[in-house]
Order: sequence, then structure tokens, then C-alpha cells
Amino acid sequence: MKLSPLNQRRWRNFKSNRRALWSLWIFTTLFVLSLFAEFIANDKPILVQYRGSYYTPIFNFYPETEFGGDFRTEAVYRYAEVECLITTGGLVDCFDDPEGLIADAQDGIVDGEPIEKGWMIWPIIPYSFNTQVEGPGAAPSPPTMQNWLGTDDTKRDVTARVIYGFRISILFALAVTVVSSAIGIVAGAIQGYFGGRVDLIFQRVLEIWSSTPQLYVIIIVFAILGRSFWLLVFVTILFGWPALTGVVRAEFLRARNFEYIRAARALGVSNWTIMFRHMLPNAMVATVTMLPFIMTGAIGTLASLDFLGFGLPTSLPSLGEMTAQAKQNLQAPWLGFTAFFTYAVMLSLLVFIFEGIRDAFDPRKTFQ
Amino acid sequence: MSLLSFENLHVSFKQDGGLSPAVKGVSFDVKKGETVALVGESGSGKSVTALSSVSLLPDSAVIEGSIKYNGQELCGAPEADLRKLRGNDISFIFQEPMTSLNPLHTIEKQLAEILLVHQGLRGQEAQNRVIELLTQVGIHEPEGRLKDYPHQLSGGQRQRVMIAMALANGPDLLIADEPTTALDVTIQAQVLTLLRDLQASMGMSMLFITHDLGIVRKLADRVCVMKDGEIVEAGVTKDIFDAPQHSYTKMLLDAETVGYPVPVPDDAPVITETKDLRVWFPIQRGLMRRTVGYVKAVNAAEFSIRAGETVGVVGESGSGKTTLALAMMRLIDSDGPIVVLGKDIQGWTQKQVRPLRADMQIVFQDPFGSLSPRMTVAEIIAEGLSVHGLGEYASAEAAVIEIMTEVGIDPDTRNRYPHEFSGGQRQRIAIARAMVLRPKLLVLDEPTSALDKTVQVQIVALLRALQVKHKLAYLFISHDLKVVRALSHKVIVMKRGDIVEAGEAAQIFDAPAEPYTQALITAAFDLAVKEGAEV
Repeated sequence: MKLSPLNQRRWRNFKSNRRALWSLWIFTTLFVLSLFAEFIANDKPILVQYRGSYYTPIFNFYPETEFGGDFRTEAVYRYAEVECLITTGGLVDCFDDPEGLIADAQDGIVDGEPIEKGWMIWPIIPYSFNTQVEGPGAAPSPPTMQNWLGTDDTKRDVTARVIYGFRISILFALAVTVVSSAIGIVAGAIQGYFGGRVDLIFQRVLEIWSSTPQLYVIIIVFAILGRSFWLLVFVTILFGWPALTGVVRAEFLRARNFEYIRAARALGVSNWTIMFRHMLPNAMVATVTMLPFIMTGAIGTLASLDFLGFGLPTSLPSLGEMTAQAKQNLQAPWLGFTAFFTYAVMLSLLVFIFEGIRDAFDPRKTFQ
Repeated sequence: MSLLSFENLHVSFKQDGGLSPAVKGVSFDVKKGETVALVGESGSGKSVTALSSVSLLPDSAVIEGSIKYNGQELCGAPEADLRKLRGNDISFIFQEPMTSLNPLHTIEKQLAEILLVHQGLRGQEAQNRVIELLTQVGIHEPEGRLKDYPHQLSGGQRQRVMIAMALANGPDLLIADEPTTALDVTIQAQVLTLLRDLQASMGMSMLFITHDLGIVRKLADRVCVMKDGEIVEAGVTKDIFDAPQHSYTKMLLDAETVGYPVPVPDDAPVITETKDLRVWFPIQRGLMRRTVGYVKAVNAAEFSIRAGETVGVVGESGSGKTTLALAMMRLIDSDGPIVVLGKDIQGWTQKQVRPLRADMQIVFQDPFGSLSPRMTVAEIIAEGLSVHGLGEYASAEAAVIEIMTEVGIDPDTRNRYPHEFSGGQRQRIAIARAMVLRPKLLVLDEPTSALDKTVQVQIVALLRALQVKHKLAYLFISHDLKVVRALSHKVIVMKRGDIVEAGEAAQIFDAPAEPYTQALITAAFDLAVKEGAEV
């Protein structure tokens, strides 16, 4: 795809803003990495070799019996018994002394008999966001070599939760931003283009709508339907879409009297074609400048809802919930610091990027 | 002795890492008490030259060379020194009187502010001076206008207030940047006369920037003709007009729209007609939005246009010319019959009108605003075909190439964007967009007003050629009477929505009956104020 000269200029402008460019690279790297969080922080190995065949526990369900165990439930790979079974190729003695047997099996021979030695490749952080860390000490436990950022009040690894929490925050914000912008643009376009009575009625509806208390609706809806990620996305969009309507409406009100819009109407072009082919590109600059506020706003909304306990289901990793825990466990400062720095880095990066985008779209700004 | 002198001035603008030059080595001077005109087409660097004198250019400008005011070097002078000069010794008048005045402040406040800043006048003293200034610029009963806001004044009055602001501190030099371009011809004549009188009585120097040679001849002592950032010819006004040396100056001087339209055969069919066409906007008041009156934008318009015939519509701004055009195109609501090709389309829905749109097309005034900046020229021209079908063309591509050749643009440039074309080329593209549908009626809403004189001539020639070739009916709207005379068979004169005079073009131009028409024609052809005419 070839960029138009205007967009090439914008891209050049953006690149000349070093801070925005670096922020974009760092953020993209972090976000892409977090998309593969399952391979970075997980309580299942990435790859298992057992008796010559390969297993991928992240994608597939394997009962313990698959590896010569007793249970038909999923193998718990971090247990010494399972590790022993996989290493030794399923020796029954694993249930008595797994640690000893693993040590013995390193040379491929157990009790003078050769075995089919297997192995597991673990992610860097061997915990998922909901893995209970086993070990001594009360929760929340401070950072150790094993849990880099300590554990939270239910003994879950904080590092893993940060990675998953970052991902879910960004995905939530993206989903909300994309959908609510799309709705907001269409709504603003209709109001601005048709104007008059349509505009008048629509504006009043919007006023009523935006004075509805969002928090109560969320509490009520969650009480009836139960908490879920997608329901939260839905409700946030329900109240978030008017954000762009005003800007787009204003741009369309301005553009509807442009001569090229008149010319298109004189050619007999249909209303929808005029709106989306001729007028929308005008509104795009204003839209792009507004988008950052919607995106960071969505992250903030999620954080505050989680903090209050009205957000994501407790089974999901959430940075807001971590902040709430930090408040309740002031003796465990690693929780507070982690939550603070995660939000600070995430929001700063986004703000820097969007600042660069806004400047790049500003036709009056000159860049070297 | 010279008051302001430019020596080897270079101005360039930073753009995308490079420098694009706007003024390349300009040298001239303005002596005490004389008027120097900078003449050139748009983009020739005349405004940039003038604005560079007191550093009013945007930050991206790089100025080199020497600018001396009364022997003091201004190029690279500290901002504080320049600020003292601006408004005190050197004053400015800009083109657009609406945007140059603050809409939220009264006339008195804006004038008094200048007096306070530069002379420290306050209270009654300041008010007296404001009234004196307003009287000086010819505002009637200035006492009653002190509390008016800019929107309560007419365009000409606003420009007079701007002149009063410029004169408030008794400047030695007045820089006027196209001060009359945005005004109607009648008001233009009045403002120019005012400027000339004021200059003579106050002994100011004036640097006058314009593209209109008619004004220069009336006003200037000396002329500098600029082209592409250079002065190609300079000298005493009379010499330049009588014996231009440079080919470009000759071209500018020859760029007068001349000729008359080709006569129409008597049996030519009527393409469109209307009778008692009204566009009234209701004025609503009160809680129940009761209609208490109407703004009569167009009142009882009546005309008919035959194939190959042009009906010219003239009048000052606000007289309802454009409203009439939009009503004829069914782009705004109106009352009264609109007959196109024998069918009265008044009251039809947009869907019903759509098939007919191929037969009636419109070209707008602003060649920069009428083309979508984000579509290529080929896309713009072919858009109508996507609505109305290809007709006799083999493909959209072929249609675009054919029509671009016909209106005189290189078809190889069809994949470029509008901003890569000049004003005249853009207007040709706008004409091509309308002509590709092979219409029978073309409404032209000030198609030449935003163009330089030399380009105007070409567009008028093109329109005339197209009319003859395709037997087009034109509804031609313009405030430029010279262009109207060159194109129109019949003329309608409009004033505040009413048609005050209508008839054959020759009759209207040679023997206008109404005083309003007489005033318009005098102002347009002689740049003089017609005494006693109520305008």
C-alpha cells in the first residue's frame, strides 16, 4: 500500500519526534510480547517430550494418565511427580521419591536400566496469572528469585499478573476505542450532515444519555447477568460512544457547506457516499486527535472499576484489582509500586505516542 | 529620500527539511509621500515581501538581505524595536475586513485600544479622537456607531474602520495588502478614493499590493511588477502602462476580457425557465417559533435560457445571485416553477431529480474549495459517471482522458491530487467534472472571480468555445461586469433579492435604466464613484 503524499508527510513529521517514535517502538514491543503472554508466563510447559513424542500443553489438554500417572484430570506439570514421570518416561517409582528419581535419571539410566528420557521447556516465568505459588511464608510474600515481584494476597505471582493485566487493559481499551469511535463517528456524521430537526432531537437524546450514571448501570447489569469481560466492554461502549460525536458533528456541520460537497450533490451522488467518501476524511484529523483521550480514558475506566470491585471478574488478571490489594496491604509495598509503575509506563507511552500523532496531523506545525 | 528600502531581499520557507524560496532578490524603495504598487499574480511573492518589512511572517520564514526604514536596519532587528514601528510608523490594512476585526469588541473599544497602547489616550480624550478618525474615513454619524460590533457594519464600513485603525497613530507608511479585493466594485471605488484622499492630506507613503492593474493606474506613482519572487519591471506608472518593456508586464496589461458572445439562432429550444421563483427564509420569534417575517433572498426571479445562450446575473454580494443558482439546481428549497427540459422539477424528491442532474451541472467560484482534496483528478471527474452511467464513453478512463483534453489539461496528470494544480487548472478540472456528463445547462457561480486576470481570460475563452461546440445554456453569475459582458446574451441585475433590471446585454451595458445598474457599471469600468447613486 502506498501512502498518499500527505500521509507520507505526516509519517515524516511523526518520525522527527524522537520521543514519540521511541515510545511507539517500546509500546509495540511490550504489547506484542504481552500478546504471547502464555509463552512467557505460564504454569504449563511450552513443549514436552515424552517417550519420543512431543506434547504442547499450552494448546492441548493432556490428562495425567497420558504420562503414566493416575488421574484423568489435566496433568499438573509443576508437580514433582509429573516432572519425574515425564523425565523418566513414566516410571511407577515416581510416586514414591520423585526428586531422587529425577536426579538419578539425568544420565539416562535408572537402577542400571536405560530409560526413555523426556524433557520439558518452561516459559521464563513458570506461573500463570492464576497459579497459586507454593512455598513457605504468608501471602503477600515479598519479591524473591522465584517470584520477581513477589506475590499478591492470594499467593499469585505478581510478575505474571502484570503481564496478563497489561494485555487485558490494552485489549479492553482497543476494543472500546474502536467500537465506540465507529459508533460515535456514524452518529456525529448523521447529525452534522442532516442537521436541522434530526440534529436537534439527536442532541437532546445524547444529553439524556450522557447524564445516565454509568456506575449504577454497571452494578445493576453485573448483578443480573454476572460479571464478564465482554459485558464490561459492551457497557463501557454503551456510555463511551458520545465522546467523538460532538467533534465529528462539528466537522460535518462545517463541511456540509463546502463547495465540493455541493458539487457532489449537484452530480446526484447519494447522501451516504457523500458522507463517507467526501466528508469523513475531513473529520478524520479531529477524530485522530480525540482518539488518545478515549483510549487512555478507557484504561482509566477499567482501572477505577476494578479498584472499586465492580470491574472484571476476579478470575481475570487486573491491574486495578492489584491497586486495591496494595491499598489493603500497605505492609507489602511491592504491590503498590508495581501497580503504580505499570500504569505510569503504560499511560506515559500512550500519551507520548498520541502527542506525536497529534502534532504530525497539525498542518501548521513545521518540523526540521 | 527613501522611507523604506528593500535591498536584495530573499525570503524562503522551511518545508519538510528543505527551503522553498518565495522572494528571490528583490530591491526597491518607497519615498516619502509617494505610492508604490507591488503588482503580480497570486504566488508571486508580493505579500511576503511587504510582510517581511516588519517581520510579520510565520516562524518558518527565513529572511536574508537588507530592509531599511529611515536608515534603520529592520532585518534581524530585535522584536521590541519592531513592535514600536508596527502600528506607530508603519501601519497595515489587510484583505479581509471581517476577520481583521475582533467580532467580540465594539468599534470604539478596538480603536481606543490602539490609542491607549501607542499614545496613552484615555476616556473622553480617546473617544473624541475615535470620532475624529471615523469622520475622517467617511463614516456617517460616527457618534451613533461607536457601540456597534463589526457584524453590524457592512463590508465597506468595516474596511473603513480598518483604515481608521491603521491611521490612528498618524503613520508615515501605510502598507495595504489587497485592501479592496474582498469588496464589491462600487465599494471598492469608494475605498480607493478614500485612500487616495487620505494619503494626499496626511502626506503618508503607501505600499499598495494588488493584482488589479486598474487600481494601480488610478492610485500609484510607481509600480513594481513581480513574478515568481522577482521584480521583472519597475518604473513610473505612466511609463509602465504606456510602454511596458517586459513580456510579462505586457501579458498582464493585455489580460483584459474582451469580445462578445456568439449570437443564438432564433429557433434554439428553451433549456430552462422559471417564473416567480422565490427563496424566502422565515424569521421565527418567540416560544412557539411563530413566523414574523421573511428574509427574501430571491424574490420573484424570472428568466428563460435557450440552448447556446448565456444569461448573466450581476449584483453586489448579498444580492441573492448564488441563492438563485442553488435554487435552480434544486440544492436548496424554493417556491415557484423550475422548468428544465420541459419538466417542472419543483417539488420533486432528490431521487426523482437525480436522473436529470446529468443534464444540469454547476461550477463553483472557489477552485480550491470545490475539489475534494483527497481524491485524484481522475476520481473527481469520473464521480458523476458512477452515478449516471458511462453513456457514450467506452470506459471511465477514456471519458476522463477525453474531457481533460477538451478543457485543456494534460490527461497524463489525471492521477494527481488537486493541490498539485494551479487555480486556473483547478477551475478547468471543475468544468471537466461538470462537462463529462454532457449537460445541456451549466450554472456558473462566479467561476472566474478567484482567478488571476490572465487566467480569467483563458477560462472565459474556454467557456465560450464549449458553449458553441455543445450548444450549452449558461446561467452565468458574476460580480465582474467585464466578464459578464464578454459572455452574456442577456443580463439580469439583482439587488437584495429583487431583479431590478433585465434585458439584452447590449442594452443593459450601453443604456442602463436603473441608477443601481448605472452605479455598478461606472464602478466596474471606470473605478469611479457614481455620485448620488444609492448603493
